[in-house]
Amino acid sequence: MATPVMDKVEAESAASPYITVTFRVRRFNPEVSAEATWEDFQLEIDPKERVLDGLHKIKWDLDGTLTFRRSCAHGICGSDAMRINGRNRLACKTLIKDINPEKPITVEPIKGLTVLKDLVVDMEPFFQAYRDVMPFLVTTGNEPTRERLQSAEDRERFDDTTKCILCAACTSSCPVFWNDGQYFGPAAIVNAHRFIFDSRDEAGEQRLEILNDKDGVWRCRTTFNCTDACPRGIEVTKAIQEVKRALITRRF
Amino acid sequence: MSSDTTTATSGIGPVEGGAGTAYGVDNPAPVIEAPRKRTAKTPRSTRGNFEMAAWLFMRLSGIVLVVLVLGHLLIQLVLDGGVSKIGFAFVAGRWASPFWQIWDLLMLWLAMLHGGNGLRTVINDYAERDMTRFWLKMLLYTATVFTVLLGTLVIFTFDPNIR
Repeated sequence: MATPVMDKVEAESAASPYITVTFRVRRFNPEVSAEATWEDFQLEIDPKERVLDGLHKIKWDLDGTLTFRRSCAHGICGSDAMRINGRNRLACKTLIKDINPEKPITVEPIKGLTVLKDLVVDMEPFFQAYRDVMPFLVTTGNEPTRERLQSAEDRERFDDTTKCILCAACTSSCPVFWNDGQYFGPAAIVNAHRFIFDSRDEAGEQRLEILNDKDGVWRCRTTFNCTDACPRGIEVTKAIQEVKRALITRRF
Repeated sequence: MSSDTTTATSGIGPVEGGAGTAYGVDNPAPVIEAPRKRTAKTPRSTRGNFEMAAWLFMRLSGIVLVVLVLGHLLIQLVLDGGVSKIGFAFVAGRWASPFWQIWDLLMLWLAMLHGGNGLRTVINDYAERDMTRFWLKMLLYTATVFTVLLGTLVIFTFDPNIR
Protein backbone atom coordinates (compact mmCIF):
# COMPACT_ATOMS: atom_id res chain seq x y z
CA MET A 1 0.00 0.00 0.00
CA ALA A 2 2.81 2.40 0.80
CA THR A 3 4.51 2.23 -2.54
CA PRO A 4 1.80 3.86 -4.71
CA VAL A 5 1.55 6.74 -2.27
CA MET A 6 5.26 7.37 -2.50
CA ASP A 7 5.04 7.32 -6.29
CA LYS A 8 2.27 9.86 -6.27
CA VAL A 9 4.18 12.28 -4.04
CA GLU A 10 7.25 12.02 -6.24
CA ALA A 11 5.23 12.60 -9.39
CA GLU A 12 3.66 15.70 -7.93
CA SER A 13 6.90 17.19 -6.74
CA ALA A 14 8.41 16.64 -10.16
CA ALA A 15 5.66 18.69 -11.77
CA SER A 16 5.96 22.46 -11.95
CA PRO A 17 4.58 24.23 -8.89
CA TYR A 18 3.66 27.26 -10.95
CA ILE A 19 0.07 28.12 -11.76
CA THR A 20 -1.40 30.92 -13.81
CA VAL A 21 -3.02 33.60 -11.70
CA THR A 22 -4.88 36.71 -12.81
CA PHE A 23 -4.19 39.85 -10.82
CA ARG A 24 -6.90 42.48 -11.22
CA VAL A 25 -5.27 45.69 -10.06
CA ARG A 26 -6.99 49.03 -9.51
CA ARG A 27 -4.91 51.51 -11.50
CA PHE A 28 -5.02 55.27 -11.06
CA ASN A 29 -2.72 57.84 -12.57
CA PRO A 30 -3.82 61.45 -12.06
CA GLU A 31 -1.52 62.62 -14.87
CA VAL A 32 -3.36 60.45 -17.38
CA SER A 33 -6.96 60.22 -16.26
CA ALA A 34 -9.12 61.20 -13.34
CA GLU A 35 -10.78 57.80 -13.47
CA ALA A 36 -9.44 54.70 -11.78
CA THR A 37 -9.64 51.53 -13.89
CA TRP A 38 -9.15 47.82 -13.39
CA GLU A 39 -6.24 46.24 -15.22
CA ASP A 40 -5.66 42.51 -15.52
CA PHE A 41 -2.25 40.88 -15.37
CA GLN A 42 -1.65 37.16 -15.94
CA LEU A 43 1.38 35.66 -14.31
CA GLU A 44 2.97 32.32 -13.59
CA ILE A 45 3.45 32.06 -9.88
CA ASP A 46 3.93 29.46 -7.17
CA PRO A 47 0.72 29.46 -5.09
CA LYS A 48 2.88 29.32 -1.97
CA GLU A 49 4.21 32.78 -2.79
CA ARG A 50 2.61 35.96 -1.53
CA VAL A 51 0.52 38.62 -3.21
CA LEU A 52 3.45 41.00 -2.81
CA ASP A 53 5.62 38.63 -4.88
CA GLY A 54 2.96 38.78 -7.58
CA LEU A 55 2.99 42.58 -7.51
CA HIS A 56 6.80 42.49 -7.74
CA LYS A 57 6.57 40.23 -10.78
CA ILE A 58 4.17 42.68 -12.40
CA LYS A 59 6.34 45.69 -11.61
CA TRP A 60 9.65 44.08 -12.54
CA ASP A 61 8.62 42.05 -15.58
CA LEU A 62 5.32 43.30 -16.98
CA ASP A 63 4.56 46.93 -16.19
CA GLY A 64 7.11 49.10 -14.41
CA THR A 65 4.59 51.90 -13.88
CA LEU A 66 2.66 49.94 -11.23
CA THR A 67 3.10 51.89 -8.01
CA PHE A 68 2.77 50.52 -4.50
CA ARG A 69 4.46 50.88 -1.12
CA ARG A 70 6.51 48.21 0.55
CA SER A 71 9.58 48.35 2.71
CA CYS A 72 10.46 45.29 4.75
CA ALA A 73 8.17 42.84 2.91
CA HIS A 74 7.87 40.73 6.08
CA GLY A 75 4.82 42.10 7.84
CA ILE A 76 6.56 44.49 10.23
CA CYS A 77 6.87 47.87 8.53
CA GLY A 78 3.16 48.20 7.72
CA SER A 79 3.72 49.79 4.30
CA ASP A 80 1.81 47.44 2.03
CA ALA A 81 -1.68 47.32 3.49
CA MET A 82 -4.10 47.01 0.57
CA ARG A 83 -7.54 45.73 -0.22
CA ILE A 84 -7.08 42.21 -1.58
CA ASN A 85 -10.22 40.40 -2.71
CA GLY A 86 -12.29 43.03 -0.90
CA ARG A 87 -10.55 42.70 2.46
CA ASN A 88 -7.80 44.80 3.97
CA ARG A 89 -4.65 42.73 4.29
CA LEU A 90 -0.89 43.07 4.12
CA ALA A 91 0.23 41.95 0.65
CA CYS A 92 3.38 40.51 2.23
CA LYS A 93 1.44 38.28 4.63
CA THR A 94 -1.19 36.97 2.19
CA LEU A 95 -0.35 33.72 0.40
CA ILE A 96 -1.78 33.24 -3.10
CA LYS A 97 -3.09 29.77 -2.19
CA ASP A 98 -5.15 31.20 0.68
CA ILE A 99 -7.26 33.54 -1.46
CA ASN A 100 -8.61 31.23 -4.19
CA PRO A 101 -6.20 31.70 -7.14
CA GLU A 102 -8.70 30.14 -9.58
CA LYS A 103 -10.55 33.46 -9.70
CA PRO A 104 -8.91 36.81 -10.46
CA ILE A 105 -7.31 38.33 -7.37
CA THR A 106 -8.44 41.92 -6.97
CA VAL A 107 -5.95 44.37 -5.52
CA GLU A 108 -7.11 47.88 -4.60
CA PRO A 109 -5.78 50.73 -2.49
CA ILE A 110 -7.20 50.93 1.04
CA LYS A 111 -10.43 52.90 1.24
CA GLY A 112 -11.16 56.22 2.93
CA LEU A 113 -7.83 57.86 2.16
CA THR A 114 -7.05 59.86 -0.98
CA VAL A 115 -5.41 57.75 -3.68
CA LEU A 116 -2.25 59.38 -5.00
CA LYS A 117 -1.32 56.77 -7.60
CA ASP A 118 -2.30 53.13 -8.15
CA LEU A 119 -2.07 51.53 -4.69
CA VAL A 120 -0.45 54.48 -2.91
CA VAL A 121 -2.72 56.58 -0.69
CA ASP A 122 -2.16 59.79 1.24
CA MET A 123 -1.58 58.61 4.81
CA GLU A 124 -1.41 62.12 6.25
CA PRO A 125 -4.93 62.21 7.84
CA PHE A 126 -4.19 58.81 9.39
CA PHE A 127 -0.93 59.97 10.93
CA GLN A 128 -2.48 63.28 11.99
CA ALA A 129 -5.00 61.33 14.09
CA TYR A 130 -2.11 59.24 15.43
CA ARG A 131 -0.13 62.32 16.46
CA ASP A 132 -3.25 63.82 18.06
CA VAL A 133 -3.40 61.15 20.77
CA MET A 134 0.20 61.87 21.92
CA PRO A 135 1.72 58.43 21.27
CA PHE A 136 4.72 58.88 23.53
CA LEU A 137 5.52 58.37 27.20
CA VAL A 138 4.63 61.37 29.36
CA THR A 139 6.01 61.51 32.91
CA THR A 140 6.70 64.08 35.58
CA GLY A 141 9.53 64.36 38.08
CA ASN A 142 13.16 63.48 37.71
CA GLU A 143 14.38 61.18 35.02
CA PRO A 144 15.43 57.87 36.57
CA THR A 145 19.04 56.85 35.98
CA ARG A 146 17.97 53.38 34.90
CA GLU A 147 15.02 51.75 33.13
CA ARG A 148 11.50 52.49 34.28
CA LEU A 149 10.64 49.12 35.76
CA GLN A 150 7.20 47.59 35.46
CA SER A 151 5.71 44.36 36.71
CA ALA A 152 4.82 41.63 34.24
CA GLU A 153 1.12 42.07 35.05
CA ASP A 154 1.27 45.81 34.36
CA ARG A 155 2.96 45.10 31.05
CA GLU A 156 0.39 42.45 30.19
CA ARG A 157 -2.42 45.00 30.59
CA PHE A 158 -1.62 46.74 27.30
CA ASP A 159 0.40 44.00 25.60
CA ASP A 160 -2.12 43.53 22.78
CA THR A 161 -2.02 47.13 21.61
CA THR A 162 1.79 47.33 21.52
CA LYS A 163 1.71 45.12 18.43
CA CYS A 164 0.35 47.85 16.15
CA ILE A 165 2.48 48.53 13.05
CA LEU A 166 0.44 51.53 11.81
CA CYS A 167 -0.46 49.92 8.49
CA ALA A 168 -3.91 51.61 8.47
CA ALA A 169 -5.70 48.35 7.60
CA CYS A 170 -8.07 48.86 10.54
CA THR A 171 -8.76 52.57 10.08
CA SER A 172 -9.39 52.16 6.36
CA SER A 173 -11.79 49.27 7.00
CA CYS A 174 -13.94 51.36 9.34
CA PRO A 175 -17.25 52.51 7.77
CA VAL A 176 -17.40 55.53 10.08
CA PHE A 177 -13.96 56.62 8.90
CA TRP A 178 -15.01 56.15 5.25
CA ASN A 179 -17.68 58.81 5.53
CA ASP A 180 -15.82 62.03 6.28
CA GLY A 181 -12.46 60.95 7.67
CA GLN A 182 -12.94 63.02 10.82
CA TYR A 183 -13.22 60.04 13.15
CA PHE A 184 -9.96 59.34 14.99
CA GLY A 185 -10.01 55.80 13.65
CA PRO A 186 -9.19 52.50 15.33
CA ALA A 187 -5.41 52.79 14.92
CA ALA A 188 -5.17 56.09 16.80
CA ILE A 189 -7.35 54.74 19.61
CA VAL A 190 -5.27 51.54 19.80
CA ASN A 191 -2.11 53.61 20.19
CA ALA A 192 -3.77 55.81 22.81
CA HIS A 193 -4.84 52.62 24.62
CA ARG A 194 -1.23 51.47 24.66
CA PHE A 195 -0.29 54.50 26.80
CA ILE A 196 -3.52 55.02 28.74
CA PHE A 197 -3.14 51.58 30.33
CA ASP A 198 0.64 51.83 30.79
CA SER A 199 1.39 52.09 34.52
CA ARG A 200 4.50 54.21 33.81
CA ASP A 201 2.60 56.87 31.88
CA GLU A 202 1.02 59.89 33.56
CA ALA A 203 -0.98 61.51 30.77
CA GLY A 204 -3.74 58.92 30.57
CA GLU A 205 -6.37 61.40 31.69
CA GLN A 206 -5.23 63.85 29.02
CA ARG A 207 -5.48 61.20 26.30
CA LEU A 208 -8.91 60.16 27.52
CA GLU A 209 -9.97 63.79 27.28
CA ILE A 210 -8.68 63.92 23.68
CA LEU A 211 -10.65 60.78 22.79
CA ASN A 212 -13.79 62.16 24.49
CA ASP A 213 -14.09 64.25 21.34
CA LYS A 214 -17.14 64.52 19.07
CA ASP A 215 -15.14 62.38 16.63
CA GLY A 216 -13.52 60.27 19.33
CA VAL A 217 -14.32 56.83 20.71
CA TRP A 218 -18.07 57.49 20.87
CA ARG A 219 -18.31 57.29 17.09
CA CYS A 220 -17.30 53.62 17.24
CA ARG A 221 -20.24 51.44 16.15
CA THR A 222 -18.58 48.14 17.13
CA THR A 223 -18.84 46.64 13.65
CA PHE A 224 -15.62 44.68 14.33
CA ASN A 225 -14.27 45.50 10.84
CA CYS A 226 -11.05 46.68 12.47
CA THR A 227 -10.54 43.48 14.45
CA ASP A 228 -11.14 41.43 11.29
CA ALA A 229 -8.74 43.55 9.26
CA CYS A 230 -5.82 43.75 11.70
CA PRO A 231 -2.90 41.77 10.24
CA ARG A 232 -1.31 41.62 13.70
CA GLY A 233 -4.37 40.05 15.30
CA ILE A 234 -4.94 42.91 17.72
CA GLU A 235 -8.40 42.90 19.28
CA VAL A 236 -8.96 46.45 18.12
CA THR A 237 -12.66 46.74 18.93
CA LYS A 238 -12.03 45.43 22.42
CA ALA A 239 -9.35 48.07 22.96
CA ILE A 240 -11.77 50.81 21.86
CA GLN A 241 -14.41 49.54 24.26
CA GLU A 242 -11.84 49.50 27.08
CA VAL A 243 -11.13 53.15 26.39
CA LYS A 244 -14.89 53.85 26.51
CA ARG A 245 -15.16 52.03 29.82
CA ALA A 246 -12.19 53.93 31.23
CA LEU A 247 -13.81 57.20 30.17
CA ILE A 248 -16.99 56.33 32.06
CA THR A 249 -15.56 54.60 35.12
CA ARG A 250 -12.75 57.07 35.73
CA ARG A 251 -15.20 59.95 35.89
CA PHE A 252 -18.11 58.65 37.90
CA MET B 1 -0.53 41.64 -19.80
CA SER B 2 -3.85 42.61 -21.30
CA SER B 3 -4.67 46.20 -20.65
CA ASP B 4 -7.96 48.04 -20.65
CA THR B 5 -6.74 51.37 -19.35
CA THR B 6 -8.82 54.14 -20.82
CA THR B 7 -7.00 57.41 -20.75
CA ALA B 8 -6.33 60.80 -22.27
CA THR B 9 -9.65 62.52 -21.61
CA SER B 10 -9.63 65.09 -18.88
CA GLY B 11 -11.43 64.01 -15.77
CA ILE B 12 -12.33 67.56 -14.81
CA GLY B 13 -16.10 67.87 -14.98
CA PRO B 14 -18.10 71.07 -15.41
CA VAL B 15 -18.76 71.17 -11.68
CA GLU B 16 -15.11 71.26 -10.73
CA GLY B 17 -13.66 73.42 -13.42
CA GLY B 18 -16.46 75.13 -15.30
CA ALA B 19 -17.28 74.15 -18.87
CA GLY B 20 -14.08 73.80 -20.84
CA THR B 21 -11.91 75.99 -18.65
CA ALA B 22 -8.61 74.29 -18.02
CA TYR B 23 -6.74 74.87 -14.81
CA GLY B 24 -3.53 76.80 -15.10
CA VAL B 25 -1.54 79.52 -13.46
CA ASP B 26 -4.31 82.07 -13.86
CA ASN B 27 -7.12 79.65 -13.07
CA PRO B 28 -5.90 77.44 -10.23
CA ALA B 29 -7.82 74.33 -9.27
CA PRO B 30 -9.78 74.62 -6.01
CA VAL B 31 -7.95 73.33 -2.97
CA ILE B 32 -9.58 70.36 -1.26
CA GLU B 33 -8.36 70.17 2.31
CA ALA B 34 -7.49 66.75 3.68
CA PRO B 35 -9.65 65.54 6.56
CA ARG B 36 -8.32 66.38 10.03
CA LYS B 37 -6.12 69.14 8.61
CA ARG B 38 -5.95 72.19 10.87
CA THR B 39 -7.36 75.17 9.01
CA ALA B 40 -8.87 78.49 10.00
CA LYS B 41 -12.30 76.86 9.88
CA THR B 42 -11.39 74.07 12.29
CA PRO B 43 -13.16 74.57 15.62
CA ARG B 44 -10.74 74.97 18.51
CA SER B 45 -12.17 72.10 20.45
CA THR B 46 -14.91 69.61 19.74
CA ARG B 47 -14.44 67.88 23.09
CA GLY B 48 -17.13 67.62 25.67
CA ASN B 49 -19.16 65.10 27.53
CA PHE B 50 -22.21 65.30 25.24
CA GLU B 51 -21.30 62.29 23.09
CA MET B 52 -20.50 60.28 26.20
CA ALA B 53 -23.84 61.23 27.77
CA ALA B 54 -25.64 60.34 24.55
CA TRP B 55 -23.87 56.98 24.41
CA LEU B 56 -24.73 56.21 28.03
CA PHE B 57 -28.32 57.36 27.54
CA MET B 58 -28.73 54.93 24.63
CA ARG B 59 -27.66 51.98 26.80
CA LEU B 60 -29.69 52.91 29.86
CA SER B 61 -32.86 53.96 28.03
CA GLY B 62 -32.61 50.79 25.94
CA ILE B 63 -32.72 48.61 29.06
CA VAL B 64 -35.73 50.49 30.45
CA LEU B 65 -37.49 50.44 27.08
CA VAL B 66 -37.24 46.65 26.84
CA VAL B 67 -39.46 46.42 29.93
CA LEU B 68 -41.75 49.32 29.00
CA VAL B 69 -42.32 48.40 25.35
CA LEU B 70 -42.64 44.64 25.83
CA GLY B 71 -45.04 45.23 28.75
CA HIS B 72 -46.99 47.70 26.62
CA LEU B 73 -47.24 45.27 23.69
CA LEU B 74 -48.27 42.42 25.99
CA ILE B 75 -51.06 44.43 27.59
CA GLN B 76 -52.30 46.00 24.38
CA LEU B 77 -52.10 43.05 22.01
CA VAL B 78 -52.07 39.75 23.93
CA LEU B 79 -53.73 39.82 27.34
CA ASP B 80 -57.47 40.04 27.94
CA GLY B 81 -58.89 39.81 24.43
CA GLY B 82 -55.94 41.29 22.57
CA VAL B 83 -56.18 44.13 20.09
CA SER B 84 -59.99 43.92 19.75
CA LYS B 85 -60.51 45.42 23.22
CA ILE B 86 -58.71 48.67 22.40
CA GLY B 87 -61.02 51.63 22.07
CA PHE B 88 -61.59 55.07 23.53
CA ALA B 89 -63.04 53.56 26.69
CA PHE B 90 -60.05 51.28 27.18
CA VAL B 91 -57.57 54.15 26.89
CA ALA B 92 -59.69 56.37 29.13
CA GLY B 93 -59.84 53.61 31.73
CA ARG B 94 -56.08 53.12 31.74
CA TRP B 95 -55.24 56.81 31.90
CA ALA B 96 -57.49 57.23 34.92
CA SER B 97 -54.61 55.72 36.89
CA PRO B 98 -51.43 57.79 37.40
CA PHE B 99 -49.38 54.59 37.10
CA TRP B 100 -50.27 54.13 33.42
CA GLN B 101 -49.94 57.84 32.78
CA ILE B 102 -46.36 57.75 34.04
CA TRP B 103 -45.70 54.50 32.18
CA ASP B 104 -46.87 55.98 28.87
CA LEU B 105 -45.15 59.30 29.48
CA LEU B 106 -41.86 57.57 30.27
CA MET B 107 -42.22 55.35 27.23
CA LEU B 108 -42.96 58.33 24.99
CA TRP B 109 -39.98 60.37 26.16
CA LEU B 110 -37.47 57.54 26.26
CA ALA B 111 -38.53 56.03 22.94
CA MET B 112 -38.53 59.39 21.14
CA LEU B 113 -35.16 60.48 22.54
CA HIS B 114 -33.67 57.02 22.03
CA GLY B 115 -34.89 56.84 18.44
CA GLY B 116 -34.03 60.47 17.79
CA ASN B 117 -30.49 60.04 19.05
CA GLY B 118 -30.12 56.87 17.02
CA LEU B 119 -31.19 58.68 13.87
CA ARG B 120 -28.84 61.54 14.76
CA THR B 121 -25.88 59.15 14.74
CA VAL B 122 -27.13 57.61 11.50
CA ILE B 123 -27.27 61.07 9.90
CA ASN B 124 -23.82 61.92 11.28
CA ASP B 125 -22.43 58.70 9.84
CA TYR B 126 -24.09 58.79 6.44
CA ALA B 127 -24.67 62.42 5.40
CA GLU B 128 -21.70 63.45 3.30
CA ARG B 129 -22.17 67.19 2.97
CA ASP B 130 -22.37 69.58 5.90
CA MET B 131 -25.54 71.27 4.67
CA THR B 132 -27.32 67.96 4.07
CA ARG B 133 -26.33 66.89 7.54
CA PHE B 134 -27.49 70.15 9.09
CA TRP B 135 -30.94 70.15 7.44
CA LEU B 136 -31.60 66.47 8.05
CA LYS B 137 -30.82 67.00 11.72
CA MET B 138 -33.03 70.07 11.89
CA LEU B 139 -35.89 68.04 10.38
CA LEU B 140 -35.23 65.27 12.89
CA TYR B 141 -35.12 67.61 15.89
CA THR B 142 -38.31 69.36 14.80
CA ALA B 143 -40.16 66.07 14.39
CA THR B 144 -38.89 64.76 17.72
CA VAL B 145 -39.77 67.87 19.70
CA PHE B 146 -43.19 68.10 18.04
CA THR B 147 -44.08 64.47 18.77
CA VAL B 148 -42.81 64.59 22.35
CA LEU B 149 -44.67 67.81 23.15
CA LEU B 150 -47.89 66.69 21.47
CA GLY B 151 -47.85 63.33 23.27
CA THR B 152 -47.10 64.94 26.62
CA LEU B 153 -49.89 67.43 26.11
CA VAL B 154 -52.37 64.64 25.33
CA ILE B 155 -51.39 62.55 28.34
CA PHE B 156 -51.68 65.47 30.78
CA THR B 157 -54.80 67.12 29.39
CA PHE B 158 -56.71 63.97 28.49
CA ASP B 159 -60.41 64.39 29.21
CA PRO B 160 -62.45 61.15 29.30
CA ASN B 161 -65.71 63.10 28.99
CA ILE B 162 -64.79 64.81 25.72
CA ARG B 163 -67.69 65.29 23.29
